[in-house]
Amino acid sequence: MTTAAEALPTRARVGVMSRAWRFVARHALTVYALLAVAYLLLPIVIVILFSFNHPTGRFNYVWNRFTFDNWLNWNSVLGIQGAVQTSLEIAALATLVATALGTLIALALVRHRFIGWGVTSLIIFLPMATPEIVMGSSLLTLFLNDQNTLQLGFWTIFIAHVMFTISFVVVTVKARLIGFDRHLEEAAMDLGANEWTTFRKVTLPLIAPAMLAAGLLGFALSIDDFVITYLNAGPVQTFPIFVWGIARVAVPPQVNVVASAIFLVAIALGLANVVWQYRSAKRTRGAA
Amino acid sequence: MGEFLHRHKGLTPYLLLAPGMLWLTIFFLVPMGFLGYQSLESGLFPHFHFSWEFSNFSSALSGYHTQLIRSFVYAGIATVACLVLAYPLVYWIAFRAGPWRNLFLLIIVAPFFVTYLVRTLAWLNILADQGPVVRILRDIHVLGPDGRLLATTFAVIAGITYNFFPFMALPLYVSLEQIDARLLEAAKDLYSSPTQAFLRVTLPLSAPGIVAGTLLTFIPAAGDFINAALLGTPNQAMIGNVIQAKFLESLDYPTAASLSFILMGTILIALLVYARVVGPEKLTG
Repeated sequence: MTTAAEALPTRARVGVMSRAWRFVARHALTVYALLAVAYLLLPIVIVILFSFNHPTGRFNYVWNRFTFDNWLNWNSVLGIQGAVQTSLEIAALATLVATALGTLIALALVRHRFIGWGVTSLIIFLPMATPEIVMGSSLLTLFLNDQNTLQLGFWTIFIAHVMFTISFVVVTVKARLIGFDRHLEEAAMDLGANEWTTFRKVTLPLIAPAMLAAGLLGFALSIDDFVITYLNAGPVQTFPIFVWGIARVAVPPQVNVVASAIFLVAIALGLANVVWQYRSAKRTRGAA
Repeated sequence: MGEFLHRHKGLTPYLLLAPGMLWLTIFFLVPMGFLGYQSLESGLFPHFHFSWEFSNFSSALSGYHTQLIRSFVYAGIATVACLVLAYPLVYWIAFRAGPWRNLFLLIIVAPFFVTYLVRTLAWLNILADQGPVVRILRDIHVLGPDGRLLATTFAVIAGITYNFFPFMALPLYVSLEQIDARLLEAAKDLYSSPTQAFLRVTLPLSAPGIVAGTLLTFIPAAGDFINAALLGTPNQAMIGNVIQAKFLESLDYPTAASLSFILMGTILIALLVYARVVGPEKLTG
């Protein structure tokens, strides 16, 4: 009894202290988080802001005055339109092929136990753990040693992009497949559907969102890649290669326009996804 | 097709794997072999011949060990900086951001949506000699009156840190988000202070995220050459700059190939040492 009475005031004092400490800690953390967010967004704001700048000289480093001209004449810089077009074409093609190939691998890895499972997983993991410069240069040595079949250019870039995108597709689709209810497929088979019909009518619709996410990720990786592309592009210019070339002279605001446009499209898709997840989370909570 | 698969059930996984694995074999594994082959060639462009030229490795090492060591030092500093900067932010998102979590996650990956080269060039604007950052630092005498940030080691490491930040933040978030809040309540019920609860519950449970984030940041950072090329000078050149120039400018393929191999080998050794230190089971997750 006496011990409890003695202990009480000490504990209360500790309580006040720790509450005060927690208050400070909580708000310090929030302030820090907002500063960190500002740090992450600052260069993006700069890129977008300077796409509206009317530079005084050749250099687009100092803010002069606001203009829409760069957006209206985004393709007035020699070579930029072709580079953007090439980037989009390669990204679309490579994403399509990589998503298909990667999804099949993910299905095999999640659904089946087979001889070589471990080796396959390792080979999927390796491209993600290899520096781009090593992947790019090894692929270049392949193409250099066999120049009769493939000239460096559009198709070598395409091959490279499919190669480094597959692993990311596998990882994304695998994550979805693991949480997947196999009873749905069994039910379809019990009702007389064969494996192919079951795949088309049950499996595919269920993994479609993961394939879409993997495809978007692949597209983003492809359109942004510089190192591997640069080593294997030959004379062909993608948008990042165009930027690399022009960065040695002076970067025109049109480069900011293209980068801002890519960013805005990507962020719009991302925000749509956030809103969609928020709504579906709310719906499930409402239902429960 | 369904009929065939039904009769040969064991074949299904191999048929699913075949196209993708073939692609990865021909365009990822086989090229590694070609890289090894090229690294042992001798001669001058365009007449190289294979001659087990192991001296390529020793001469590449003696010529470019500075850039190699620099790459690992820069990548190491940037990785630690990423961890220190990302951890509190991600902790806040995982435990305090509530329904806004996904929005903040989107902000973390937002830099990835801006073309790598363009977002690196944006740091040219920010760190420029006429820019506000340099002016403030000069005013408070952190920098001398002629001090600058661009073309310095600081700029290169800061660029790497910014560019690879999401690689650290995302795996950290995944591991923090999975922590069962009841464990923290249990720690509180057992009279641990918030600091103790963090050090003895949260931090150990987020270790897998720290390990994954460290690898995902360090490996690409060690091979990077864009930040050194755009924000630094030849004095900040990393091994990636050398490999790239050897392949595309001086057309010295054997040296470039052996440098690529040395980079890959050093990373593998670093990985093994790291695995020893943190425990191999954590590396594979």
